[in-house]
Amino acid sequence: MLSRKKEFVRAVDTISFTIERREIFGLVGESGSGKTTTGRLLLRLIEPTSGEIRFHGDNIGELSPQSLRQFRRRAQMIFQDPTAALSPRMRIGPAIKHGLDIHQVGSVPERKKETLRMLERVGLAPPEAFYDKYPHQLSGGQRQRVVIGRAMILKPEFAVADEPVAMVDVSIRAQILDLMSSLKKELGLTYAFITHDLATANYFCDRIAIMYLGKIVEIGPRKDVFKSPRHPYTVALMSSIPIPDPKHKADRLIPRGEIPSPISPPPGCRFHPRCPYAQAVCSEREPQLEEIEPDHQVACFFPCT
Amino acid sequence: MWGLGQMPPLLNVQELVVQYSTLRGEVRAVNDVSFSLETAATLGLVGESACGKSTLGFSILRIVPPPGRTVAGKIELQGVNLLNLPLEEMRRIRGGQVSMIFQDPMTSLNPLMRIRDHFIELFQTHDPSIKKEDALGRTTKLFDALGIAGDRIEDYPHQFSGGMRQRVMIGLALALDPKLVIADEPTTSLDVIVEAQVLELLKLLKEKHRLTLILITHNIGIVAEMTDRVAVMYAGQIVEIGPTGDMFGDPLHPYTKGLLESAPNVLHPEQSMRPIPGNPPDLVSPPAGCKFHPRCPKVFKPCPLREPLPISQGSRLVACHLYD
Amino acid sequence: MKSLSGIPARLLLRKVPKGAEVYLAVAGAVLLVTVISLTFLAPYIAPYNPIIEVGPALQPPSSQYPLGTDHLGRDVYSRVLYGAIVALEVSAISVLLSSIVGTVLGLFSGYSGGKMDRVFSMVMDSVYAFPGLILAIAIAAMMGPGLVNMSIAIAVVYIPTYFRMIRGQVLQTREQLYVEAARALGAKNSTILFRYIFANIMPSLVVVLSLNVADAILTEAGLSYLGLGIPPPTPDWGFDLSKGKSYLPGGYWWMITFPGIMILIVVLGFSLLGEGLNEILSPRLRER
Repeated sequence: MLSRKKEFVRAVDTISFTIERREIFGLVGESGSGKTTTGRLLLRLIEPTSGEIRFHGDNIGELSPQSLRQFRRRAQMIFQDPTAALSPRMRIGPAIKHGLDIHQVGSVPERKKETLRMLERVGLAPPEAFYDKYPHQLSGGQRQRVVIGRAMILKPEFAVADEPVAMVDVSIRAQILDLMSSLKKELGLTYAFITHDLATANYFCDRIAIMYLGKIVEIGPRKDVFKSPRHPYTVALMSSIPIPDPKHKADRLIPRGEIPSPISPPPGCRFHPRCPYAQAVCSEREPQLEEIEPDHQVACFFPCT
Repeated sequence: MWGLGQMPPLLNVQELVVQYSTLRGEVRAVNDVSFSLETAATLGLVGESACGKSTLGFSILRIVPPPGRTVAGKIELQGVNLLNLPLEEMRRIRGGQVSMIFQDPMTSLNPLMRIRDHFIELFQTHDPSIKKEDALGRTTKLFDALGIAGDRIEDYPHQFSGGMRQRVMIGLALALDPKLVIADEPTTSLDVIVEAQVLELLKLLKEKHRLTLILITHNIGIVAEMTDRVAVMYAGQIVEIGPTGDMFGDPLHPYTKGLLESAPNVLHPEQSMRPIPGNPPDLVSPPAGCKFHPRCPKVFKPCPLREPLPISQGSRLVACHLYD
Repeated sequence: MKSLSGIPARLLLRKVPKGAEVYLAVAGAVLLVTVISLTFLAPYIAPYNPIIEVGPALQPPSSQYPLGTDHLGRDVYSRVLYGAIVALEVSAISVLLSSIVGTVLGLFSGYSGGKMDRVFSMVMDSVYAFPGLILAIAIAAMMGPGLVNMSIAIAVVYIPTYFRMIRGQVLQTREQLYVEAARALGAKNSTILFRYIFANIMPSLVVVLSLNVADAILTEAGLSYLGLGIPPPTPDWGFDLSKGKSYLPGGYWWMITFPGIMILIVVLGFSLLGEGLNEILSPRLRER
């Protein structure tokens, strides 16, 4: 269970979930959903106001500074904006190597060798040529490969990917996702994949949690959630996305209005002011996540069929 | 001539070149582009970053930001070459006959002016004789059509949400009944559901007012849903142009095919998101011959040697040696 | 950072076509190299000993005394050459002092935030609010004449400049994504502060240093002009300016003109270099 209070905004309000080993867990939501905050909480880049995050059973909020550094080796982050995530004054070779320097892995010449190997591994070949380049000399997709390489050189077990392909060209997106996928196989990684793009989530994730205004409204295996979405918000999301097929007739269930401000969320079910199926109880009590199918949970009093 | 239909075209762009200087050399953001557009048609300009689609949109209104400049070609609106017009006349055309919907509604509105004043100023600039009450009346009617509650008319931009601001942008673009509307990535910065709302609004207004629309986007889904014809751009050139249905059903240019296959599809994920290998070209020193050839799965002998010229293939025009 | 001494350079830059910033910076650098070599070569190329009487007083420029002699019969040319030494020594020491103290304080204060930051900012803002020359006068008067004291006085005046600039940049850079990325890698605070934050701030520091030297020389000349600087007979441009002023009504123009020209050249040189560097570095920092 975790929630975080930033001034008077509950960016993430009392959510609970588990991520299984070797799974790709998707956190999907629009702005204000709390997905980005959740990602940072998972790595303790922000402190939770209350609640616990347990990594292999240990509460990461209670780690000593030394154990925290150990944790950082095992849990890494891939950022959304590859240009902003790289220091403009650091060449990409040293940038990737930096993790090894921080944790003093191997000898100094071994670190350089490992960095060259990683450059090749993420598709930046010939590695010697890329080692001395600055980020501004690379394209967006290449920079994202550097970001991934920097995280993966520590051979982590767990990686939070915060919209890793949102700022990358469409034709390159699949390249990056394929790279992440092959790294997962090689390192036995577990991913928390944060995105607003349902289509990418459907392509990449094993399990999905749909978030709205700080709450998880639906959670379950990818196939189930996409084949039969139960929460009206999930249904709305899925029907909203334009489909790249001119023969497809958009049959949209668009909820009225827009996402309210997280400063004063609606009472009861947060989605009720926009929900076409809302009834009296929806504004009075908050629905909890309940299992509607094996492993598929919904927080709604009147889930869709 | 690209894409001529039965009626004389509203817009005719010929051999347009837009260039800008960088520290490393000259870049042709728009490199010899020609196409035409009929009244009440919607043309999608689709491509990835730095393909020149936004620059092309700006050049029609002659608002390419420096150091970019249009160096060659013609842009004819109902026969009149916009590039030759004196600046005063061009200003009258902007917002009036040709208008633009910009990408980022957060920064496109003046935070110090009330929303209604944006409209009133627009009306008064183009018709100094108009009375304030009339301008206000027209603004209120527009709000209705845009789906914005009338009591919000006194608000400032920061009081509007992103989706509402984009509706305002659309309203500003349509207020003076333009002949041509250019929408530059109108929904890119919006959330999924708001994007759907804005797209539905655009569709409605498009039908109701018989708009001629150029829709610039990198989102293949939007192109499929909103356009009659599509022009695919790569490295500053149109590689393929034709009716939307034909383009999707049977893409001719290998880049078109690759682009369509790389698009995310939430209904059929297993068929989507196929990568195109390689990286986007460096426009300062682009590849020789066909600019797509280093990444093309169908590359063969003539490709690195000569730039392919547009060739007619049925309803479409393709620039690819496969069809020479 | 806006400095008075930067004004001539900035006015010049506005008229200059794009790409020419490099030439301005180079021009500045050339001027400076000339002046700096003078300080080392002065003992060898000065025709006379600058502090003793070598000829009749108040002689106009001639072949024997290229820039004339002053009211005590000393060769103006030699005094001008030797004056470079004092000017550059004082400004070098003071700039070094103020930049190190100001930067270090700015880095730590900006990064830690909290009470310490607030206290330091208040102190620095108060010092900054004082007009520079007046503050330098006050401190120099308190400490007495002498090279070291003058350097310290000038240094104190400029510490807040560095503090404010560095702190402002730290606050900005602290929020950057790559800093968060460094934290995610497990980097220690000191590593983040120096390898990530300071490394990205450094270009602006170089620019400020250059302009600061220009300002410091002007301040030094000002202090000496008021008699608060190096005691006579050490050659000093500001001091000679002051003495030369009293003889100007009598038609003896060379005593005030040549030290004044030297100050102008050196200040122009440093500010051209500084503003030119600023122009060169800024677009590069923004390059995609």
